[in-house]
Amino acid sequence: MKQLKLFFTFTTGVVCLFSLGCGGGSSKSANTTPVSTQTIVTSGANVAALTVNSGPAGVGYVNGAFASVTVCVPGTTTCQTIENVLVDTGSSGLRILSTAVSLALGQQDASDGNPVYECFPFVSGYTWGPVQTADVQIASEKASSVPVQIVGTNTAVPSGCLSFGIPSSNSVETLGANGILGVGLFAQDCGGACDLATGTSSQNPGLYYECPSTGCEEIAESTAQQVPNPVSLFTTDNNGVIIELPALSGGAPSLSGSLVFGIGTESNNALAGSTVYTPNADGNFTTTYNGTPYSSSFIDSGSNGFFFLDSSVSGAPATCADNTAFYCPSSTTTITATNEGANQASGKVSFQVANADTLFANSADFVYGDLGGIFNSPLGFDFGLPFFFGQNVFTGIQNSTTYPNGYWAY
Amino acid sequence: MLVLKARGLWLCSLTVAAALLFLAASVQAWASLGGDVTSVQADQAHIQASLRTTVGESYTVHEMQNASGTVVREYVSPQGKVFGIAWQAPWPADMHQLLGSYFDQYAQAVNSQSVARVGRRPLMIQQPGLVVQMAGHPRSFAGRAYLPDQLPANVKAEAIR
Repeated sequence: MKQLKLFFTFTTGVVCLFSLGCGGGSSKSANTTPVSTQTIVTSGANVAALTVNSGPAGVGYVNGAFASVTVCVPGTTTCQTIENVLVDTGSSGLRILSTAVSLALGQQDASDGNPVYECFPFVSGYTWGPVQTADVQIASEKASSVPVQIVGTNTAVPSGCLSFGIPSSNSVETLGANGILGVGLFAQDCGGACDLATGTSSQNPGLYYECPSTGCEEIAESTAQQVPNPVSLFTTDNNGVIIELPALSGGAPSLSGSLVFGIGTESNNALAGSTVYTPNADGNFTTTYNGTPYSSSFIDSGSNGFFFLDSSVSGAPATCADNTAFYCPSSTTTITATNEGANQASGKVSFQVANADTLFANSADFVYGDLGGIFNSPLGFDFGLPFFFGQNVFTGIQNSTTYPNGYWAY
Repeated sequence: MLVLKARGLWLCSLTVAAALLFLAASVQAWASLGGDVTSVQADQAHIQASLRTTVGESYTVHEMQNASGTVVREYVSPQGKVFGIAWQAPWPADMHQLLGSYFDQYAQAVNSQSVARVGRRPLMIQQPGLVVQMAGHPRSFAGRAYLPDQLPANVKAEAIR
């Protein structure tokens, strides 16, 4: 595999590199950004290979981080490894396209015996399909009897799902992956809201359904039955993940790194000197730019660029002629802002935005460290996959004691 | 909400002399995009929301909020037409309800998006007569929709947040 434009130094199984733009020296000049080092672990029972590339054949995904996930019929050794599953810290739950699975997994049934289905919305599209049960293995980590969503089915999509008004992501073409591995802040994909009684005046968002042959109806789904963050069910290293990807300036066909399970549970996953930022109950923190705080900001490996504000906000780069969701500054622009968690931890964040039309003109590249786009409703910052390049980013799963909404650290 | 208050955009665009009216739920209706403000009484009940109305010289804002954290703001012209809607909610809003007669145009645009490169990112539909944008992640979605050629005089799209 080509490793272009990377400043790699291989040691015994460990890649050490220096972040770009630091001058590579150890000058103590006041104007020099301190040299930061990043260690990417590549071996260990809790380490899975993570590859950023164009995804499944024919898809051409930009800035997608993919891993392999093994699913098994519960309690058996009848297993299948699914390649090209998108690793998403912005959601929770394992979802796999029905066309990618050939196993007969167990169907989850509602209390009345009808099969349970789910409509799970992402901004880019919804996934629709049955909730089934699988044993899940990633690297050497194992979880038993995990509810997963099998995406894409002949069962008609119910009207409540269609009225979200978002595209469908029920095929490899529209999902852009064979599945989504949601390893986000939360232990379940929905939480307590989906356990509320359904009905016309209910606050249940109506994500879960039971589907007898007469048609699908919304149901309340207990948190224990919901599609969980599968990491939370691992027998070990189950409190979060680290995404470790090297720095990249400009474009490349692919980028290799690691998805590490557990935080502070092994010798290779210590939080070390990273700063912990806690989100609010919605999974957001505050990013302040030019003196204005934006409270709907978040970190998300499943977004494929830095998405922030729009050109009506002073200082943001110009939008593009061809790819209007992205930015196309005339020259690469550095954006500097300050992130602040609910725990009041704060720190400066800086990233670069290049001209997306120019980047995309090179059809051989699918990984860009400086891809930026618009996030203006409401105005906010979505620190997508390029934020993970050159620094290890920790996503801690919520726990009732210390971090009720989980945390990020970097 | 914090974003709006911090930026002060909509307050700035209202005149100082504007009357601020805080109305109880069900006194005033709200409506779908492009609809008449008095046309859709049922919608507010649909999301079980309280209603706050802010009347300005250029437009009126009807803001609804319910117990599940859904906030919908409807921007109504002096002629009584809804020209913009902004929403925030843990899960996506009912776009059928919010976009009304514009839903089909929106859905068609969504399904025919020409994507130069595949990837997950905020949703941006920009057509001559209709703009719809959505961003966020599971448990925190937000978006806005407006009719660019029906904005009242001197009102910019940035007011709709």
